[in-house]
Amino acid sequence: MVRFLTRRVLVGVVTLIAISIIVFGLFFAVPSSPAKVMCGKNCDAASIAQVETRLGLREPIVTQYTKFMKGIFVGRTYADGTAFERRCDAPCLGYSFRNDEAVTTILSRTVPVTISIVIGAAILWLLIGVSLGMVSALRRGTLFDKLAIGISLTGASMQVFFFGLILLFLLVYTTGLLPFPSYTPFTENPAKWAQGLILPWVTLGFLNSAIYARLSRAQMLETLSEDFVRTARAKGLPLRRVYTKHALRAAITPIVTIAGLDIGASLGGTFITETIFGLRGLGKETVEAVGFLNLPIVVATVLLAAVFIVVANLIVDVLYAVIDPRVRLS
Amino acid sequence: MTAPTSAPQSPATTDTGPYLKVNDLRVQFPTEDGIVKAVDGVSFSVERGQTLGIVGESGSGKSVTSLTIMGLHNTKRARISGEILVGGRNVVGMSEEQTRRLRGRDMSMIFQDPLSALHPYFKVGAQIAEAYKVHHPNASKSECRRRAVDMLGRVGIPQPARRADQYPHEFSGGMRQRAMIAMALVNDPDLLIADEPTTALDVTVQAQILDLLEDLQREFNSAIIMITHDLGVVAQVADDVLVMYGGRAVEFGSVEQVMRRPQHPYTWGLLASVPSLHGDADADLVPIKGNPPSLINLPSGCAFHPRCRYAGRNGDRSFTEVPELHQVQERGHLVACHLSEADRQKFYAEDIAPSAGVAQ
Repeated sequence: MVRFLTRRVLVGVVTLIAISIIVFGLFFAVPSSPAKVMCGKNCDAASIAQVETRLGLREPIVTQYTKFMKGIFVGRTYADGTAFERRCDAPCLGYSFRNDEAVTTILSRTVPVTISIVIGAAILWLLIGVSLGMVSALRRGTLFDKLAIGISLTGASMQVFFFGLILLFLLVYTTGLLPFPSYTPFTENPAKWAQGLILPWVTLGFLNSAIYARLSRAQMLETLSEDFVRTARAKGLPLRRVYTKHALRAAITPIVTIAGLDIGASLGGTFITETIFGLRGLGKETVEAVGFLNLPIVVATVLLAAVFIVVANLIVDVLYAVIDPRVRLS
Repeated sequence: MTAPTSAPQSPATTDTGPYLKVNDLRVQFPTEDGIVKAVDGVSFSVERGQTLGIVGESGSGKSVTSLTIMGLHNTKRARISGEILVGGRNVVGMSEEQTRRLRGRDMSMIFQDPLSALHPYFKVGAQIAEAYKVHHPNASKSECRRRAVDMLGRVGIPQPARRADQYPHEFSGGMRQRAMIAMALVNDPDLLIADEPTTALDVTVQAQILDLLEDLQREFNSAIIMITHDLGVVAQVADDVLVMYGGRAVEFGSVEQVMRRPQHPYTWGLLASVPSLHGDADADLVPIKGNPPSLINLPSGCAFHPRCRYAGRNGDRSFTEVPELHQVQERGHLVACHLSEADRQKFYAEDIAPSAGVAQ
């Protein structure tokens, strides 16, 4: 177990380093320079050069990359040869090209928004989706099953920007049942936090429930035809116990995998949801930064998204071994 | 064999009569393509301490029969009629809750592939303990475990206390089937149904498992139904043999009668497909030509006629009339065939006996 974890963490670190290199490299392959973007339309070569020097863009890529990585672990000092000097403590991810705000500050503002959206929605889609799928598998062919499948087909074929806007129109603009979504930190006011996020939760949760319902139904149906389910019945176990203990345990395994990866990927940013509901999360921040060639933010958010996925993968693998004794962690 | 009078009667050795009595059992599954007549009027009985072998190809209805006895068919999707008396209680028409109480306690089942039949995520001991606990709700956890370990020891698993904490995938094939048997016998059932218990095992292990079943039968005095397509297995363990084809019984008798003096051409075909250890090593096996029939559209008359080389020897009755099970001269031996008994004996002696495997 310890060996497995060590190895996986090392592999994860290597992956992250590779991703950071690629992002850095890709960024410099882009023909446009952030200095030009920042400088605006009426900009001469001298002022561009000045901006580039200040941003450190004149140095070789390798030097820039080394400095960036060093900043993460031990901190760095920015200086442009003049009186300007600024100390940035570890973990230092640099400063936004746009408004000079520390990237770590930006992340600490946007990441909680995305995490709040994803965790709430994930709880909804796992609870609703998985239970709906399981129940319709057990009641295969009944009206309940057909309704659940119909609804989930509708849900699965809908889009966040469509369903979310309908909800906004009905619940906020027309009836005023809910305020327009906003983010209040959980630690500040949990009730307001939940109230402000309920629409993105429902939107993202409902659409994903549809997918999880179909997935769970298929998994459960497959498990119900397994020999060991028949054995459990042949032992004389009550059906309820056959389903909840023997069948569910086996049917849930692949869902754990997919849910882990889905949540990990969503944490990297839920751009469409954040945009529709005007929430400034990681997704929105990243997309804006890309548009502005704001390298420090892009590298930081892409790396963070990668960290989420690597960690989610690791958790899924460990969970898998906990659920299925045939999986050996070595 | 619709007439109950033609039901095979085993000689009564106990006062209580047969533990399991199946009368005119019919199981049908309505499907989009038509009605699958999986079992079509089958009757037999098994006494405590006796073993009935049910033989037939895939799709002959042998597995459906056993699952129906266990009440494991979805009553909404399967149409079941007839009578299945388990210790005098009719299982047909019983509620799920009532059959559930019988399952595992009065009747239990061993399946073909123990790797897929045991739950991969639970420890072997826990799975056996669970089977005990469900019928002994007052037993403590440690009592159930002790019982499970005890059963593992009795089916010949070395170091049962240690093995009980292992998962099925850590067992070898033969050990897994032993564990499966331990689970089936943990509540001392009166009826044990073994559905091809040795098919998935190595040949060397097969004999051990069959020996084990025989020993345990002596110990527990349970009635056993051994479902198999392996006539060698039947010859070794069965007292009576029921040969099924296309959902119907085509021959029934003691193992001696069916294996040594078989009278149905289908039984001959089965025997001729078995390699003989004593005969000519170069002799070719004679397979039964053709495929098992569709249970939706059974051939008219005798369902076996398209594959039977003797069909039509007796007018066109083979093609138009479904043969009933009738007793031959020898008591207790029943055959459903339109050929006259004299013809059957002649054909068997001339064509089949010289090359058939097990009968040698």
